[in-house]
Amino acid sequence: MASKVIQAFYNDDDVLMHAVKKVKAAKHHIEEVYCPFPVHGLDKAMGLEPTRLAITAFMYGCVGITVAVVMMNFIMIEDWPQDIGGKPSFSYIENMPAFVPIMFELTVFFAAHLMVITFYLRSRLWPFKEAENPDVRTTDDHFLMEIEIHDNESELRDLLAGTGAVEINISEKDLH
Amino acid sequence: MYTVSNRLKIGSIILMALGIIGIGIGFMSAPSDIAEAKEMVASHGDGHGESHGAEATHAVADGHGEEAGGHAMSEEEHDKHVYHQLSNKPWAALYIAAFFFFMIALGVLAFYAIQRAAQAGWSPLLFRVMEGITSYIVPGGIAVFVILLLSVLHYNHLFVWMDDSVVAKDALLQGKAGYLNPTFFLIRAAIFLAGWIGYREYSRKLSLAQDESDDDSNFKLNFRISAGFLVFYLISESIMSWDWIMSVDPHWFSTLFGWYIFASMFVSGITVIAMVTIYLKSKGLLKDVNDSHIHDLAKFMFGISIFWTYLWFSQFMLIWYANIPEEVTYYITRIEDYNLPFFGMVAMNFLFPVLLLMNSDYKRLNWFVVMAGVVILAGHYMDIFNAIMPATVGDKWFIGIPEIGSILFFAGLFIFWIFRALASAPLQPKRNPFIEESKHFHY
Repeated sequence: MASKVIQAFYNDDDVLMHAVKKVKAAKHHIEEVYCPFPVHGLDKAMGLEPTRLAITAFMYGCVGITVAVVMMNFIMIEDWPQDIGGKPSFSYIENMPAFVPIMFELTVFFAAHLMVITFYLRSRLWPFKEAENPDVRTTDDHFLMEIEIHDNESELRDLLAGTGAVEINISEKDLH
Repeated sequence: MYTVSNRLKIGSIILMALGIIGIGIGFMSAPSDIAEAKEMVASHGDGHGESHGAEATHAVADGHGEEAGGHAMSEEEHDKHVYHQLSNKPWAALYIAAFFFFMIALGVLAFYAIQRAAQAGWSPLLFRVMEGITSYIVPGGIAVFVILLLSVLHYNHLFVWMDDSVVAKDALLQGKAGYLNPTFFLIRAAIFLAGWIGYREYSRKLSLAQDESDDDSNFKLNFRISAGFLVFYLISESIMSWDWIMSVDPHWFSTLFGWYIFASMFVSGITVIAMVTIYLKSKGLLKDVNDSHIHDLAKFMFGISIFWTYLWFSQFMLIWYANIPEEVTYYITRIEDYNLPFFGMVAMNFLFPVLLLMNSDYKRLNWFVVMAGVVILAGHYMDIFNAIMPATVGDKWFIGIPEIGSILFFAGLFIFWIFRALASAPLQPKRNPFIEESKHFHY
């Protein structure tokens, strides 16, 4: 589905923040904001939902600790029991202190790596992905606010011009 | 300006009065001679009698001085041993509570010095709260020092290495006598207390002077002495933990013990900062302290609790794996005779904070932080309890009137003293260069 969007350029993050607040106050839905660097508080100003990445991190951690327990139980207790330092490995619970570092490390490993992969997928970033940002200047020194047009082009243009935008464009865009 | 409410003042005085009664009962019910101790143990009933055989064996293992020769104890020696344990009990209870509340103030002092040395922008609004809590290191430090002095004067047997007849039979203690001797011990304690109290009073003076001055010279000087103090603190805190806590088990040693005690005092101190701040906020004071300040304190509570567990487990695992007799006895006494307090403490200091404070939103709920804080403080009292009791009273431990009385007394003194100090200066620094940043702090 192709639709028309209006793109406003800013060259300062403070100006951008004020603009976002003004547009939100005028009850327009901001499609996306492209920034060369993370702007503190922008997510709240845009009214984005809080991230659920933390919940996935907790779940991945649980997977990690489970993998560690099952793995150490198989390797050290079931498959090839050894007597290390006078502690024969006949039972998991009696040898558990020795496995705690592994349990800890795999919890962290799973949580960290899977969380990064989840973040990339959720942000629709994968190898050979074509860049989504509509203008190369957003990777350098410009901020871009994108709003979908619903027969209110001139109203939006006036509003954005009053927020300190340095350039305003209209373009056709495939929305996902 | 904040004035201490009458309810708080009367409450703290009642706590102290109840505490004194409890401590008195503890000392009066301690046995006055060996025969009485024997009777007390016998009257505990059969259940206790059965464990006697086992007890004699690990009394040998715990390196309690008299048994250091490794010979089995005769009946008479065992009775004397039990007598010493029972007469130590009220002293140990008093010492644990005195040290615990002193350690809170010292932990806050370290936190305060770090904020000063880092020139942190978020925390200046909390400086007066921290300064109020650190005021307790004067009475608290004196209380601990008096107990140590009485130990040196043989009013109690908390530190076996102070007993010449024990050292005479013990080659290891003779080897350590150059360091572990009563005179040097007291000199070290006096130097450390003088250093901590000296920094606290000087830094407080500069902090108050900064409010009235028209340049930032007080602030800069405070930054420099705080950085210097941290160097002194790291060394002195470590040595203090060996002297005042580790040396009750004079044969046993752990190289990370200083860090371990530091983690305990740091997390207890931060918890008390959060609790006092929340209390003052509930009275309508400290209006500029927002949710983000509480959130940051709760993050520290969460993080340092995990740091404590990391050290607790590191110390345990190396000793468990190496399995060297003189080292494992430390954990064997704790796991056999102190199973519930030893593992209960790990639940209180690790599982509770991790589960309660993991969620970001819960760190902003004041009642939630207070609730988690109560568990953390109780857990770290148990930590000190587990560090002192096994070597001083053996398996005769109990959390009864002497222990609770001592906690109540020092809690009352602590509350009385810190709120009196809080009322002595405005709660918000006026001219701290970072005060605006602190007011607008949000994460």
